[in-house]
Amino acid sequence: MPPSASSDLTLSVNGEKYTLTVDHRTTLLDALRERLDLTGTKKGCDQGQCGACTVLVDGRRSVSCLQLAVAAEGREITTIEGVAEGERLHPVQQAFLDLDGFQCGYCTPGQICSAIAVIEEHAAGWPSAATGDVRPEAGPPPLTPEEIRERMSGNLCRCGAYVSIVQAVARAAEQKGAAA
Amino acid sequence: MREFGYQRALDVSGALALLDADPEARFLGGGTNLVDLMKTGVERPARLVDIRELPLNRIEPAEDGGLRIGATVTNSDLAAHPEVRRRYPALAQAVLAGASGQLRNMATVGGNLLQRTRCGYFADVTSPCNKRTPGSGCPAVEGEHHNHAILGASGHCVATHPSDMGVALTAFDARVSYETADGPGEVPLADFYLPVGETPHLETALPPGALITGVTLPPVPAAAGSRYRKVRERASYAFAIGSVAAALDVQDGVVRDVRLAFGAVASRPWRARTAEDVLTGAPADAGTFAAAADAELAGARPLPHNGYKVTLMRNLAVAVLSELAEEAAR
Repeated sequence: MPPSASSDLTLSVNGEKYTLTVDHRTTLLDALRERLDLTGTKKGCDQGQCGACTVLVDGRRSVSCLQLAVAAEGREITTIEGVAEGERLHPVQQAFLDLDGFQCGYCTPGQICSAIAVIEEHAAGWPSAATGDVRPEAGPPPLTPEEIRERMSGNLCRCGAYVSIVQAVARAAEQKGAAA
Repeated sequence: MREFGYQRALDVSGALALLDADPEARFLGGGTNLVDLMKTGVERPARLVDIRELPLNRIEPAEDGGLRIGATVTNSDLAAHPEVRRRYPALAQAVLAGASGQLRNMATVGGNLLQRTRCGYFADVTSPCNKRTPGSGCPAVEGEHHNHAILGASGHCVATHPSDMGVALTAFDARVSYETADGPGEVPLADFYLPVGETPHLETALPPGALITGVTLPPVPAAAGSRYRKVRERASYAFAIGSVAAALDVQDGVVRDVRLAFGAVASRPWRARTAEDVLTGAPADAGTFAAAADAELAGARPLPHNGYKVTLMRNLAVAVLSELAEEAAR
């Protein structure tokens, strides 16, 4: 007998529980958009190359187009709809607005989710491919524009708003550092 | 996409049993390669056994003083680990040079070793491909092959293995451990990938139904000053067109120990043993480095559109070795 091709599952998204039945072929991206009506997360390439579908899974940025919805059960998912605190925008959202970190806006939810995680990863001391010396004794690298560009390279912007995006990420990171 | 069943394994024996029950089942790790290939129809499993909740996500000291890395450790956690960065910096650099932050958070060490080639003919199910459909032919030999293999290929397949991580692991003599229904096993990464020959569809030495449980790095003192350098067609987030992982121990101007591996030139991470033999015991200077690189690349068989890789790899190897020698002399 062939195995069942669908499952009943509960997804935890932005602190809310959603119970649904999914065909196993459903990606987390399609479940969010088509089943839960959370359309802030965008579908770009649908093959893990553009970053438009970036969400946070257990706090870590992931592309939702290559994650199966059924495999996301039991994990805490945060989408762009869940990053603000009520009416108060997330500092990364505010920085993107203040510094024009977008033009058409299609890649922006993914850029912002990714940037939120970039700032966390950097604060945790993670090196990047732009880090000259990755040894822990070298200490955490300063979050230079070069570091931001490398760390954000998984998010493409076809409008080419990269210059402002880098500035927005830098400002949000500074504010977080100042608040800490 | 073909319909498929999905189950989560909670322990290794359970994972093996679930896979054993269905000849068309596949293990699912981060899914960054497998799910992508399922969308395009290259992979058509009838069942996925999700192994991400197996207790294989630790990095811990190995008995021989090396490091044992669990199969479900993510690329991100591997590259961020203090012991990896301190003792095998080229491995951290290699991982960080691959994919994007999002993909590194999902992808696993076991999956990295088992990822498939990014050859465009392999990815296109309407095209012949000896790796995907044995006996159908290899259009790359006379077609688009500017990023294909120059070493160890055959007329049946000229695809490369795309891993960055694997290049550093190969340089440092990593061993792959696995579990089967008949018990555990281990194979050196150098022997993990099978020669291409006439059977490019047979890729690894893993027994059928085996689950990779981890990778073990032996202690390699020279690796503490190691380096990974990757050349690609854009500044970030692209596969290599050539890469080098190297470690060099120089004493009194003479090479005492050297580890050298090349990426994006063969169907597997390419350990440059011929070059290592030339280097060991020789003066650590540019002439030796060039002679070693030339000796390794004497076996290169470039195609009409990837001959640049021979020059690229020579210059890349000489540059990285020269930098390491200069740093050792300080």
